[in-house]
Amino acid sequence: MNDITADAKKVLSGAGLQDNVLKDPGTAHIVLDRNKILGMNSVPGLEIDANELDEGMEASITVKENTVIEKTVHLCFGVIPEKGIQRIIMDLRIEPNASISVLSHCVFPNAVDVRHIMKGNIDIAEGGNYSYLEKHVHSGKGGVRVYPQAEISVGKGARFSSVFELLKGRVGLIDIDYQAVCAAEAVLEMTARISGRGNDVIKINERGHLRGEKSRGVLKSNIAVRDSASADIENTMIAEAAYARGHVDCKEIVRDQGKARAVPIVEVRHPRAHITHEAAIGSVDSKQLETLLARGMPEDDAVELIIQGMLR
Amino acid sequence: MGILEIRNITLKLDGSKILDDLSIDFWEGHVHAVVGPNGAGKTTLANTIMGLEGYRNISGDIILEGESIRNLSVDERARRGITLGWQEPARFEGLPLRDYISASSRNPKPGDIEDLLTRVGLSPSDYLDRAVDRTLSGGERKKIELASILAMKPEIAILDEPDSGIDVESLEKIFDAVRILKKQGTTVLLITHSQTVLKQAEHAFLLCCGRLQKKGVVSEIEQYFGDKCIPCDHKNNPDLNEE
Repeated sequence: MNDITADAKKVLSGAGLQDNVLKDPGTAHIVLDRNKILGMNSVPGLEIDANELDEGMEASITVKENTVIEKTVHLCFGVIPEKGIQRIIMDLRIEPNASISVLSHCVFPNAVDVRHIMKGNIDIAEGGNYSYLEKHVHSGKGGVRVYPQAEISVGKGARFSSVFELLKGRVGLIDIDYQAVCAAEAVLEMTARISGRGNDVIKINERGHLRGEKSRGVLKSNIAVRDSASADIENTMIAEAAYARGHVDCKEIVRDQGKARAVPIVEVRHPRAHITHEAAIGSVDSKQLETLLARGMPEDDAVELIIQGMLR
Repeated sequence: MGILEIRNITLKLDGSKILDDLSIDFWEGHVHAVVGPNGAGKTTLANTIMGLEGYRNISGDIILEGESIRNLSVDERARRGITLGWQEPARFEGLPLRDYISASSRNPKPGDIEDLLTRVGLSPSDYLDRAVDRTLSGGERKKIELASILAMKPEIAILDEPDSGIDVESLEKIFDAVRILKKQGTTVLLITHSQTVLKQAEHAFLLCCGRLQKKGVVSEIEQYFGDKCIPCDHKNNPDLNEE
């Protein structure tokens, strides 16, 4: 993309990106405003095929065998108007021993009634590596509904790590539904960091299946709910093979009239597999709080600092 | 008259009298040690002065520079200049050390945090961007907490077991920090079991069963360590416990 349009600039600035990032021919990217592809660039070893749909985009991304994409690939998805639907269907294939890191910016700065629906199919072949960070920037009006859904296959010795981060603006509604299946010696890490306010609703349903021997997986959710926001987290890890190791970790801080529910489900189907879980829900830790108070911080500032740390 | 006066404080926890009509004066700019056997009430005294949750329902009074602070909250007491270093400092998941120490400083200047870390024996390049979480040892967190106390420049610093979890080589750094606090005019209260720590003080107070048993210069109170405890018939007397 050589010329950055005004709309693209809005998407980029909302994501905290400088447009020169996308002027770099060595940085692959897609910039999408609702259903308009405003920019797209690929690099050697990376195939991107994207088509506009009535309400969004359909894309197929392939990292060719043994290719390591050196620079982070940027996916910028935005709905700049107050209302709209953005539906993204994405097939992503990491071929054997290929590696890619993707930073996805989802920007809805003016949203009053915006729906962002993302359906992903991710296939990471043997020895592949896919690192994915999804950062959301929402308006303060709570008018966004986000439905991320993904089916992930992590091949033998491959690695998938994802971080979903929604810390700026109001959540509105977020309903995450991810499922990952791991082959032998594969590694899975899925993390969600979300801060809810007002009457935001946070739902997370993540499932990890450790099907192969020596596969490993961690599902981690760090959530803060304030005002009357609510969070409902149900993370499941199932170990089905020898020496599979898994952990489910959920931390939720509840303030004001917020509500939180966490259900870590662990299931072991092999005598040599092992899964642990940890869930902590409640107010800010009193020792942490008193430590900061004892340095002279006002309580509200101390609570905010602790929450920001937990969500980092 | 001391900068901080504990006046006839009694505190009951779960029906037991932990502090029993305790009165102590701490003098401005001096380093004091509070010693005593387990259960003597040393940490309870520290928590009560700081006004922590569960340690506020006292009789008696706490006077700071002539004014009662009994009804002040923890942060109000801290803004009046009192702070506390915990025996086992808190962990803060995700909170970078830089932000943690900055939170204590009213007017941080560039380079201050690096300087403070160096003073407590930690390399800024190795620690500055780490989180104050479970990846740090107890000793490391202790040093980081001390750096945050130095950043605050308090009037009164209460250090509960400042040598806890600290290796021998690092202990001198902790004592250096105590000397820095004294040099900047901070009144220091060392809550300790350690004779080595006691020797850093100028005055000492021996507690037992929540009562003040003895006060004086360090050499007098040191007898407590030499003889296990001064002769008394209190339940905390190690000699009695051994019988």
